[in-house]
Amino acid sequence: MKTVVAVKRVIDYNVKIRVKPDNSDVDLTNVKMAMNPFCEIAVEEAVRLKEKGVATEIVAVTVGPKAAQEQLRTALALGADRAIHVETDERVESLGAAKALAKLVEEEQPGLVILGKQAIDTDNNQTGQMLAALTGLPQGTFASAVDVDGEKVQVTREIDGGLQTVEISLPAIVTTDLRLNEPRYAKLPDIMKAKKKPLDVKSPADLGVEVASKVKLLKVEPPAERQGGVKVGSVDELVDKLKNEAKVL
Amino acid sequence: MASESERESMEFDVVIVGAGPSGLAAACRLMQQANEAEQELSVCVVEKGSQVGAHILSGAIFEPRALQELFPDWAERGAPLTTPASRDEVYLLKDAEKGQKLPNALVPKRMHNTGGDLTRYVISAGNLCRWLAEQAEGLGVEIFPGFAAQEAIVEEGVVMGILIGDMGVGADGQPKDGHMPGMELRARYTLFAEGARGHIGKRLIEEYRLDAGKDPQHYGIGLKELWDVPAEQHEPGLVLHGSGWPLDKHTHGGWFLYHGDNQQVVVGLIMDLSYQNPWLSPFDEFQRMKHHPVLAKHLEGGKRVAYGARAIAKGGLNCLPKMTFPGGLLIGCDAGTLNFAKIKGLHTAMKSGLVAAETVFEAISAGDEGGQELTAFTDKWESSWAFAELKESASFGPAIHKYGTVLGGAYNFADQLLRGKLPNVHDTTPDHAALKPASEFEKIDYPKPDGKLSFDKPSSVFLSNTNHEEDQPCHLKLADPELPIRDNLPEYAEPAQRYCPAGVYEVVEGDDGKPRFQINFQNCVHCKTCDIKDPAQNITWVAPEGGGGPNYPNM
Repeated sequence: MKTVVAVKRVIDYNVKIRVKPDNSDVDLTNVKMAMNPFCEIAVEEAVRLKEKGVATEIVAVTVGPKAAQEQLRTALALGADRAIHVETDERVESLGAAKALAKLVEEEQPGLVILGKQAIDTDNNQTGQMLAALTGLPQGTFASAVDVDGEKVQVTREIDGGLQTVEISLPAIVTTDLRLNEPRYAKLPDIMKAKKKPLDVKSPADLGVEVASKVKLLKVEPPAERQGGVKVGSVDELVDKLKNEAKVL
Repeated sequence: MASESERESMEFDVVIVGAGPSGLAAACRLMQQANEAEQELSVCVVEKGSQVGAHILSGAIFEPRALQELFPDWAERGAPLTTPASRDEVYLLKDAEKGQKLPNALVPKRMHNTGGDLTRYVISAGNLCRWLAEQAEGLGVEIFPGFAAQEAIVEEGVVMGILIGDMGVGADGQPKDGHMPGMELRARYTLFAEGARGHIGKRLIEEYRLDAGKDPQHYGIGLKELWDVPAEQHEPGLVLHGSGWPLDKHTHGGWFLYHGDNQQVVVGLIMDLSYQNPWLSPFDEFQRMKHHPVLAKHLEGGKRVAYGARAIAKGGLNCLPKMTFPGGLLIGCDAGTLNFAKIKGLHTAMKSGLVAAETVFEAISAGDEGGQELTAFTDKWESSWAFAELKESASFGPAIHKYGTVLGGAYNFADQLLRGKLPNVHDTTPDHAALKPASEFEKIDYPKPDGKLSFDKPSSVFLSNTNHEEDQPCHLKLADPELPIRDNLPEYAEPAQRYCPAGVYEVVEGDDGKPRFQINFQNCVHCKTCDIKDPAQNITWVAPEGGGGPNYPNM
């Protein structure tokens, strides 16, 4: 079964996010970028499915700037067989990405598409669902376990009340939650081999889709800085402050 | 951790440890020569940072001499040298308020950054390295960030390559899920370019007695911040240096403040680690220094965007160890090629890398199977301009250590007029032995940070984007775990609490009400100061899991 995994290049989770001085956007100059952690989990799941003999070929795909090829190479080093890069310098949001991915799904005809449930940059949690809608495929989101059985896949979903297991028929879309697996480290020889694995570059126009966002970004502001606390001398003073200063009582 | 049988092994012609200026210059030069000679050559660079440039921190004013030799077309290739140093100012700060600008004539010539035939640039060493890494990869070098060299493979006295640290080992030393044994990277020649106080370099210096007959290496700690400043107070290319306040007369060092590109200013303090007073805190000295009017006017209204710290090997020629041993070379600041008189080390580090690459390539292309001691390096290095520079400046640091900033400065002024002809001055006390008991000094009360110009340690470390996987063995090894509380606390008020610029070391009250030494290794910015300054040399810095440590932007 061919498996497609979508990955996204995002600001590294260790980096402190900074807003540009003119508040036009998040500042990405000289900032470390990495594969979205949920996408790493998606790649790992695909690789495990291949190790189990369920997946036969893993195709890693991304939509983004030229530099996003680094993340595709990472996916290739972790075990993907080939990669497709839909290259664009536009600011892409969920719907644009989902449209491009839908075209790739149409071309590749995979049995399973695995995506991270959300990307840690804008935290939208939409692309997988939109992709399901655009392709008409069934979806199992927030997966903490994925069990492929013949023409069906059982997806255990992390929901508010606990766990929910759904069975959907293949081909299907699965989005990964945090506890699905623990991604492996890329091995050095595999990183070298990844440089030689096939990586196709396409433009959105090649796919006949428009990926640029229709949403205009007006302003980005950092959260207000936390004010320093004060030590109170007595319970009375605390109650007084809660009543009269904080006005929460 | 891993048994021999689990370890995979790979072979290269040359393995380079550290993707800094010397390592990358060597990698590029090796490949250039191989490509010119149409000869196959495999060159691999490993880097413990999560990406190239993540662990490097430097002023920096850059002299492009070695770069020019490596890539004469560096400008067309888009090297990140965009801001020529345009104006030099040197200050002597008398106290927290007063400072005197020194007339140019009194400033040692080597410290001038403008004028002459060579344009110097205000750069980010991190960006320089990222660009060099791109060039290297373009030439065919394999670069592996996130892989930490743990030790040298030494067989029958010959360095045969390196061992990469295991990934996925728990705090208890047991393999976790996804554990990956580190690989062996074997090479005909291994170049160690780890930077100042490299943890493998340190062991090689001991093992091969590379420092025999040399003065002990001297170090400084450099602390640096990057600021976004308002456009109206930004003058790209403006270069300020100064000394004096807030350091006392027994503590040597100086500060820098450079205006770079993109409306950014860098500010930093370099403090010699030969200081005596265990109450000194380089971090707090740096924070209060920024309040001096001479510096504050450049920063006010701005926003701090990054913080970091790194030890500097500043001993110069008298302390430069032998750089060759069977199977490899020690290059750049791992050996100590920095020219402290110029407060510059990038150009000499790169030059040592170029000379190393030329020596290694010559040997390999003549059929050398590896493992030899490349003594030819020494002759080539000693006839290079970089060595001549170090020779001319050999007494600069020791003179200041010995005679103090004023008289030492006078010596340096005279010595420079005589182009290094005055008798050489030596400083034979290692930095860790310079510390005196805490009882001989008064505790220093540092002012509270104001949150505008000065900040506390936790918020500073936050801006270094430092991260280590928490569940792993502590990479700061104590030879005697009882020593900090038993000896260092009563004698020196445990100075690690103060010299560590990242708040790694704390003395806290244990459950039994007694003091306990706590190591917050996750905070470590890999500066190596603890490995250098602990008075009992009880702390050994080893590499944590690859990819851990700071994630510096353009530092």
